[in-house]
Amino acid sequence: MSGKKLAIIATKGSLDWAYPPLILGSTAAALGYEVEIFCTFYGLQLLRKKLDLKVTSLGNPGMPMPMPMPVLLQALPGMQSMMTLMMKQKMKSKGVASLEELRELCIEAEVRLVACQMTVDLFDFDSSDFIDGIEYGGAATFFEFAGESDITLFV
Amino acid sequence: MADFDQELDASGLNCPLPILRAKKALAALSEGQVLHIIATDPGAVKDFEAFAKQTGNELVESREEGGKFHFLMKKH
Repeated sequence: MSGKKLAIIATKGSLDWAYPPLILGSTAAALGYEVEIFCTFYGLQLLRKKLDLKVTSLGNPGMPMPMPMPVLLQALPGMQSMMTLMMKQKMKSKGVASLEELRELCIEAEVRLVACQMTVDLFDFDSSDFIDGIEYGGAATFFEFAGESDITLFV
Repeated sequence: MADFDQELDASGLNCPLPILRAKKALAALSEGQVLHIIATDPGAVKDFEAFAKQTGNELVESREEGGKFHFLMKKH
């Protein structure tokens, strides 16, 4: 199979939500797809040199908790770091790839990583905040690739 | 189990790592050579079928033995 294209818009910057674009992007590339991940708003976190993403249960009643915990308790300082640590440990014990590994696999497979220029400016990011080799573009840049894609996903 | 040219132990790894590692290992083989993949992720059974279908490589064998999944993938 060749010639298929996948375009993904990544808008989320939490540990859990960073997985879908990177898993699908790397797997599609392994299947022979040409892939572009367009990172906008919080999705720009996927492009940071140091991936320091966190997970939170706040506002997410669907997150399975090891023990029942009142929301106000979940909001205490340090809880987010603790939950992130627990999630990372659980992922490691289950053989789930780290975000760093998946991103590296994407880069190796020549997945095009595009930073949304408007949100880069909005959040006062500098190109030195991001990994090398990414591209910068806007909505029209996205459509240039997405318009020819077989699959487009908004994450 | 039939002959194979290289073995990839993806035990303990979860989706999509067995597929991604297999893809990498296959890239190093020549056409016609066979990769033996061992995995523990139950999702790998359907995933390797799908991988073969989409990449043109041939899934020669897929079986479970002793709680592990064994695949023979012939490079095309």
